[in-house]
Amino acid sequence: MVTNVEALPVMSIFDTFLNWKVFVQTLPLLLSGLTTTLTLGVTAIVLGFIGGLILALLRLYASSPLRQIAVAYIDIFRSIPILVLLVVIYYALPFVGLRLSPFGAAASALSLVSAAYSAEIFRAGIEAVPRGQFEAARALGLSPWRRMSDVVLPQALRIVIPPITSNSINVMKDTALASVVAMPDLLKQATQAQALAANPTPLISAAIIYILILMPLVRLVGVFEKRLAVRGR
Amino acid sequence: MMRPIIEMKNVVKSFGVFKALHGVDLRVGEGEIVVVIGPSGSGKSTLIRCINQLEEHNDGEIIVDGAEVGRGRKSTVLTEVGMVFQSFNLFPHMTVLRNVALGPVRVRGLSWGAAEERAQRLLTRVGLEDHVEKYPAQLSGGQQQRVGIARALAMEPKVLLFDEPTSALDPEMVGEVLDVMQQLAKTGVTMVVVTHEMGFARKVADRVVFMDGGRIVEEGPPDEIFNSPRDPRLRSFLQAVLSH
Repeated sequence: MVTNVEALPVMSIFDTFLNWKVFVQTLPLLLSGLTTTLTLGVTAIVLGFIGGLILALLRLYASSPLRQIAVAYIDIFRSIPILVLLVVIYYALPFVGLRLSPFGAAASALSLVSAAYSAEIFRAGIEAVPRGQFEAARALGLSPWRRMSDVVLPQALRIVIPPITSNSINVMKDTALASVVAMPDLLKQATQAQALAANPTPLISAAIIYILILMPLVRLVGVFEKRLAVRGR
Repeated sequence: MMRPIIEMKNVVKSFGVFKALHGVDLRVGEGEIVVVIGPSGSGKSTLIRCINQLEEHNDGEIIVDGAEVGRGRKSTVLTEVGMVFQSFNLFPHMTVLRNVALGPVRVRGLSWGAAEERAQRLLTRVGLEDHVEKYPAQLSGGQQQRVGIARALAMEPKVLLFDEPTSALDPEMVGEVLDVMQQLAKTGVTMVVVTHEMGFARKVADRVVFMDGGRIVEEGPPDEIFNSPRDPRLRSFLQAVLSH
């Protein structure tokens, strides 16, 4: 007992938080978690993008009942905490006969919320396209669908690149919430590894991996914004 | 009179409480060049924007090439009406060639090859054969407006509407656009032109329409309108625009 107590102060901050041996041992586990995280994140980003675009078009151009449904959807899913939604989907839906895998539940929760945020971003982007563009497309005789796909959306998408990238970063970060439904994502694997190794190094490693993955994206947003500001002048 | 291609009967257009058109009657014959003049806010732009339904009129009738338009009707006849805008409204994300070829492909069903050939021909006609692969932002205002005219022409419309086509241009570029329009007038296409260019109206118009306060106050051949105006509002308008 006595030796143990005396041994503790000897353990340096490096042995505790940045232990190389533990790092090397747990890295494969972390990398498998990273794969899951990236798969989940990309799935949610893509589905959220498509869903958001559809919601934005419904909100702007659909007739009354559909438009109101879109507005209600956007408001509700922007208000609900993702963690709550995730728990509801994973733990409550089975009671009504809908049982989703951890991945399915996490991907659904993240996509549903991301779609709501993306919808507002797309709406702002479409509304930022000058009115003259809509009029020129109409005067040319383009169908409503062609006006969107050929004229409005290509311009709107360029406008929304920075905020959509920002939203994608948020989605990527929110994938960590999936660990509460036993999804073996990067964070879950890190806490698992921490328990196995009795050492917090894997957590620090996970933090560094998150930063390494997301920081280039964060920088990219800055580059886009700068470029857009130059073009806008 | 020639067969009418546009007939407006008692057309009313309001924006909220503001009445922009107080029951306007106008007939434009096939091949006719009608120039609409008048002070700003007189309803000139609203008038031609109602013809192609960029503004939906609240009352009255608008018949284009024999088919009534607007008030909920879905009509394909409006593809026979081309429009040139004050602020050009070219599509900034497309090359000049693509701007002109888009309509024929999407609306007339031409192949890209055929449409681009047509676009090339029209761009040559407006003197822009060296700029087809550029983007609109790389062109001067006058060049952009000539692309706008080529884009409208590419649809081979029966009627061309011009909404103050030179008002957004620097003075030295007005001439090149008016030249193109003047050439166009000789080809037999029907044109309705809203403009402040009195010289153009005098030279090119078959008929000049003077609007004030949302009404057509006086109309007639340019000689009559400019040399012996009857209505005092037209007289004071001409005095104001021609005095300097």
